[in-house]
Amino acid sequence: MKEVTGSEALLLSIINEGVDTIFGYPGGTIIPVYNSLYDYKNQLNHILMRHEQGATHAAQGYARVSGKVGVCFVTSGPGVTNTITGIGDAMIDSTPMVVVTGQVGTSALGTDAFQEIDVIGITSPITKWSYQIRRAEDIAWAVARAFYIARSGRPGPVVLDFTKNAQLETVNFEPKKCNFIRSYQPIPDINNDKIKLAAEAINNAKKPFALVGQGVTLGNAEKELKQFLEKADIPAAFTLLGESAMETDYPLNRGMLGMHGNVAPNMKTNECDVLIAIGMRFDDRVTGNTATYARQAKIIHFDIDPSEISKNVKADISVLGNVKDTLPLVTNLLNKNSHREWIASFDEYDKKEYEKVISKELETKTGDLKMGEVVRAISDAVDSSAVLVTDVGQNQMMAARYFKFRQNRSMITSGGLGTMGFGIPAAVGAKLAVPSRTVCLFCGDGGFQMTMQELGTIMQGEIGVKIILLDNEWLGMVRQLQELFCEKRYSATKMKNPDFCEIAKAYGIKSCRVTTREELAQGVKEMFADDKAYVLVANVEKSGLVLPMTPAGTDVTNILLE
Amino acid sequence: MEKKLYTITVFSENTPGLLNQITIVFTRRQLNIETLSVSPSSIEGIHKFTISVYCDADMIEKVIKQIDKRIDVIKAYYNVDEELVYQEIALYKVSTEDLLDSKLESIIRKYNARILEVDRVYTIIEMTGHTEETQQLFEELNKFNVLQFVRSGRISITKSPIEQLNDYLDKREIRRKEIEGK
Ligand SMILES: Cc1ncc(C[n+]2csc(CCOP(=O)(O)OP(=O)(O)O)c2C)c(N)n1
Repeated sequence: MKEVTGSEALLLSIINEGVDTIFGYPGGTIIPVYNSLYDYKNQLNHILMRHEQGATHAAQGYARVSGKVGVCFVTSGPGVTNTITGIGDAMIDSTPMVVVTGQVGTSALGTDAFQEIDVIGITSPITKWSYQIRRAEDIAWAVARAFYIARSGRPGPVVLDFTKNAQLETVNFEPKKCNFIRSYQPIPDINNDKIKLAAEAINNAKKPFALVGQGVTLGNAEKELKQFLEKADIPAAFTLLGESAMETDYPLNRGMLGMHGNVAPNMKTNECDVLIAIGMRFDDRVTGNTATYARQAKIIHFDIDPSEISKNVKADISVLGNVKDTLPLVTNLLNKNSHREWIASFDEYDKKEYEKVISKELETKTGDLKMGEVVRAISDAVDSSAVLVTDVGQNQMMAARYFKFRQNRSMITSGGLGTMGFGIPAAVGAKLAVPSRTVCLFCGDGGFQMTMQELGTIMQGEIGVKIILLDNEWLGMVRQLQELFCEKRYSATKMKNPDFCEIAKAYGIKSCRVTTREELAQGVKEMFADDKAYVLVANVEKSGLVLPMTPAGTDVTNILLE
Repeated sequence: MEKKLYTITVFSENTPGLLNQITIVFTRRQLNIETLSVSPSSIEGIHKFTISVYCDADMIEKVIKQIDKRIDVIKAYYNVDEELVYQEIALYKVSTEDLLDSKLESIIRKYNARILEVDRVYTIIEMTGHTEETQQLFEELNKFNVLQFVRSGRISITKSPIEQLNDYLDKREIRRKEIEGK
């Protein structure tokens, strides 16, 4: 027991949770916390971002790479409203995060005091839990609970709204631990009958097919996944957030699902006889029209969150639990099997996709640079071992399609919310989580300008992220939709851009602009010559299309190749 | 899919803001709450929400799971009318002069309603029953002009011999001991 202020109690509590990095931005109602932070500089590395949205995305990037809880401090009012995008993003992408928001004193609550906003009301629909701390005595309890909730079960964001009086009051402090909440069961009980049913269905399958989602990564179940796939010889594909759970060249990894995914896995979804969904949620970007989705198949759904079962696609067999626990139980009951012929049947689609799409994207040796070839050039330069961060749009899909992975927890992207501007700050967070790894960010000229103020954070913190800006002078993904579905009526998608190299220069960050293949090779070499931050601006073809494409809401097999 | 009336029972910790969290689930799914009643339960510190809603069987499953997912919700259940004993209470204000009409008295008798208060000007009548019953009484009384009418949300009790909440709480208590014993 030690008598401290509420602010200090907060810091001691988060240190007790193992936190050493905080992303934030100060202001009036959180000043006491920042004042205490001054005394804990050696234990807590606070990264001053340039916008609170950036703080949340940085915390997300940090959390996604490391598996630890990302932490943000922001002030009340506009400080909080600026975090909403990141909190929503973390919610839909299941990212563990604790956001501490300053709040006016308890006596002023509800009076429209300066910079007062209803934080709990605004954030509760987009958080796993949000709680207002009104008394210093509640801090130890609330912080312990917040971290437990954020990281357990299906992870997610938690908001702690910290009133100013609670920051200033003194309290007899002792840190608390939380690993049980009566009303919250993070991991559902395993039902052995379901394990047996699942194993039986897989043993009887002639054409089994596994869909790998982020649940595998969140459950640290990469090894268990492979044992499962290998024992019964099951081909697998990944969702956008499930990428990097299997390395790209893993033989049973047959590519990406979804709207801009690979042809074979999307086609095979409607050809398999048993579809095994592992820690994924049948997002509409994966399923297209659910009325025709995998109708021929028996569907087995492994998930930790009961509310995902039969939410979008009806499951015939649901296996609740952490996939790290449930997969091995099923694997134990599987017969050793071989599905060589079925797996080989994917090749034909791969070949077609290669001819129609991939070869054009990677092997065109004349004309403008293609987005895909830039991505692959970077991926090859880092020997497939880097962390990939993406922004949103064509750059994101191209990066997901053509970047290669060897290591898990290496794909950081805004999946469910599709947040432009996610990229730069998320890359900052990712790099801080794994300083020894190379972190490559791909973004478009639109998304770059949504959070480019974070170049200031990169400059101040000397954070060595490698930024590759695929500059097409358009809001490319929207332009693509307008080209294909709006008779080329390009409404509000053309961009007149600043000189991005001059911007990088203003922040003291080295950069170059490349237009030809020789320049690209040279630029890549220069970018990786040291481990400092770098902005490589690639002039890519203006009217590039991300293909293949399954138009939204249509059948998963309705794939445009050109 | 066929829509019918489901009664949802939610048991929660007594946390402020929980009602908001629950109603958001309905709003997002574009469902109208027909009736809502909230009160402390028989167990100290646990609140009970009774909500009735029209929807189909798939939707009720999804709604229940999404409510259950909220951290401070202990457990959410749903039932159809056949599995429940349920009641609503209705209050009616009529003019006392009308009451002196013998026909009104016979209506009150017929519906087994009660007179709560008689004033020189007005009389308050109370009736407990299902919506259709309290509605019928309203319509009959309204022939004489009802000055005010109010009906509560439904409250209900399951007919099942199993007390699901108690079983759940017992299970959680065992789990707590396992974890904290470690
Ligand atoms: C915050 C936000 N606003 C708008 C959108 C809609 N949107 C999706 S992709 C896109 C275009 C992105 O353009 P750019 O950043 O240049 O990347 P490109 O598609 O050209 O690679 C837009 C506007 C979004 N996803 N997020």
